[in-house]
Amino acid sequence: MHPALQGVITIMFGIGGCLGYFYLANLVLDKFIFPPRLDDRGKNINRANLVRPWLFLAPAVFALGLYLAYPVFETLRLSITDRSLEGAFVGIQNYRQMASEAKFWEAMRNNMLWLIVVPATSTAFGLLAAQLTDRIAWGNIAKSLIFMPMAISFVGASVIFKLIYDVRPASNEQIGVLNAVWLQFEGGIGSFLFLTLLPAILLLGFATIVVYTVWIVLQPIVTGRKNTGWLAKAVQVALSGFGLYLAVLALLNVWRIFGAELEYGKPQTWLTLPFWNSFFLMVVLIWIQTGFAMVILSAALRGIPEETIEAAIVDGANPFQVFFRIKVPQIMGTIVVVWTTITLTVLKVFDIVFAMTNGQWQTQVLANYMFDKLFRANDWGVGSASAIIIMLLVTPILVWNVVNARKEMK
Amino acid sequence: MDNIAGRKSALVWVVHISVALLILLWLFPTVGLFVSSFRTADQIATSGWWASLGEVEQNLVLRAADPDEFRVERNGRYYVEGNLFQEGVEAEISAWGTSSRAISKYQPGDVADLKKGETITVDASGNYTWSGPENRMKGRGQRVFVTARTPPDFTFANYDKMLFDETNIEGMTKAFFNTLTVTIPATIIPIVIAAFAAYALAWMNFPGRAVLIAIIVGLLVVPLQLALIPLLKLHLSIGIGKGYLGVWLAHTGFGLPLAIYLLRNYMASLPRDIIENARVDGATDFQIFVKIILPLSFPALASFAIFQFLWTWNDLLVAKVFLIDATGETTVMTNRIVELLGTRGGNWEILATAAFVSIVIPLVVFFLMQRYLVRGLLAGSVK
Repeated sequence: MHPALQGVITIMFGIGGCLGYFYLANLVLDKFIFPPRLDDRGKNINRANLVRPWLFLAPAVFALGLYLAYPVFETLRLSITDRSLEGAFVGIQNYRQMASEAKFWEAMRNNMLWLIVVPATSTAFGLLAAQLTDRIAWGNIAKSLIFMPMAISFVGASVIFKLIYDVRPASNEQIGVLNAVWLQFEGGIGSFLFLTLLPAILLLGFATIVVYTVWIVLQPIVTGRKNTGWLAKAVQVALSGFGLYLAVLALLNVWRIFGAELEYGKPQTWLTLPFWNSFFLMVVLIWIQTGFAMVILSAALRGIPEETIEAAIVDGANPFQVFFRIKVPQIMGTIVVVWTTITLTVLKVFDIVFAMTNGQWQTQVLANYMFDKLFRANDWGVGSASAIIIMLLVTPILVWNVVNARKEMK
Repeated sequence: MDNIAGRKSALVWVVHISVALLILLWLFPTVGLFVSSFRTADQIATSGWWASLGEVEQNLVLRAADPDEFRVERNGRYYVEGNLFQEGVEAEISAWGTSSRAISKYQPGDVADLKKGETITVDASGNYTWSGPENRMKGRGQRVFVTARTPPDFTFANYDKMLFDETNIEGMTKAFFNTLTVTIPATIIPIVIAAFAAYALAWMNFPGRAVLIAIIVGLLVVPLQLALIPLLKLHLSIGIGKGYLGVWLAHTGFGLPLAIYLLRNYMASLPRDIIENARVDGATDFQIFVKIILPLSFPALASFAIFQFLWTWNDLLVAKVFLIDATGETTVMTNRIVELLGTRGGNWEILATAAFVSIVIPLVVFFLMQRYLVRGLLAGSVK
């Protein structure tokens, strides 16, 4: 049968089947099982209304259970059994084997890097874009253009960026933008300004913003002005510690930038440069996710009551103070949502690495490692074990979401 | 709000310029792909796509017309006249030559002596006059090397080849229709299932409702990576195997949490009066749902439909696991492109065209339905 025909039939069956199911199930319930007749009319109507929600829910609950809940437990079971031993229980053997593989630790390391860089950069760019575009008349057009990469597949984006990173021998003209720009630098004053001073200033700026944020977070705790729970305090202190660590790291790297020797005049194969190539892959995801962050944060910025900003300006706050001390604290909740949503995307990122490097040259990430184990090495044990690792990394966000959703319901 | 307390206008210009730069930076990659898909392999290999937007200076080897056919005799001398460029091409020659060792020996309008009474002259727009005695004016047309500035030159040949050439086994047409076949049922079916469930969760009272909602919020973030092996095993054991049915079911299952979540939130915000009035008038839940809730929920349905459409159209992983078998007959566009990246890594005219074919439909949907997409995003990110 032709697939298109099959598709049409499936749509008809799917929709017709669903509607038919709901209609008939309601009919059967009302007319035959609990008919509102005779003496127990009221009782029967009540009984029918007790069952009805489950009629409406049944297909969804069945699909959710089979396609999302059951696999979690089945994967857990697979991760502690061995396929080649006909599914015998092997305990943590698979995990032990996974932990002994260098490629796994490489994937973990890269994933951690992705988890820091991509959400932070996307959120920061998104916030910047939202703040800038909200002030101008043509902001909506600007927004929709920055938002556009959301519609492009990871694979399509990979092709787009592979063209940017393309490399030709030094004797030919470069057709990749990055190399064409790179070859413009010859070690003169321009190179110093753009490749040494600018990154150094950016790093310093980053460190300053981090320290400033940490200060804002810690101030109420240090001065004891705000009484929050000890758990919130502990989380804040831990995050602040991590922020300070990043700031110190940034400052140390400023020195390295001034000492670095760059290979001017040589076209670079960007995707094989150790360590940096991961960043070139991250750029693809940042490019896609910034629009998402911008849209959500822009809505949040618009929701800030104007009186708070006016009051701050009347009190003599400068634009930076207005932004960091008035606006950002009020949209903190939204920033966290954006951050966690992007974090989830990062944890699942597969297509970009698969299409661009397939994990070679030390760019492996967990999702691609898992795919590799499952479908190329055919090792279901280790593959499932790495899937469980991804699940574990997601769990804190899962719990946080559920707790928040329950709070909102009340 | 920015005007109070007298803000400076200089800052406004900084904002305008920064936004413009940001947009340029964000558009540049996509435009590069788009432009490249309209260039020939030679053009792509010899210059960056950004160079093709303006006039390009190129060194070309051209040939005068066939003397045996076109020569005319005047006063005992034979002449061939014409234009070196094909009809419709407008180029400006800055220098030319008749030997590969001296390709820019002459200026436009100079007369080149080709020995034994044979001469040729070429002007800036490519018109030439080539003349000589009868014994010299035969065989092939005279070769001319020119350095010319040619205007931007684009072609549809890549699209012709990737979409309409039936002999091209790398063509995208089949994959395009396969993707479409995956996408449409995988978008519509979860909507129907989710809408009923969302109605029950929003407007029916029953024990366990809150728990169910919490579970759905939890399932929202479960990585689908966990589902790959268990479900593939299941599909193989119950006879669905790898194919469209499997991929439709998988996409339906993976899309449901978001669908239920979005629709429930939207339906719960509908005014209570409407539903209670209908109940008082004797409408059953089924009637309320079909006649009142469903039409009112159109914006939320549209939001989810766009999400699911973009996600299924752009998906690679689910298709690879549940759909594409060893024959490769059911390959989708994303998978095709990854294959091309492996086999045709340097052939950018093929890659760019294939990639653009795959992203054009999502882009159109995106720009047409952006309003709903934004609304869905705002409602869908767990607050």
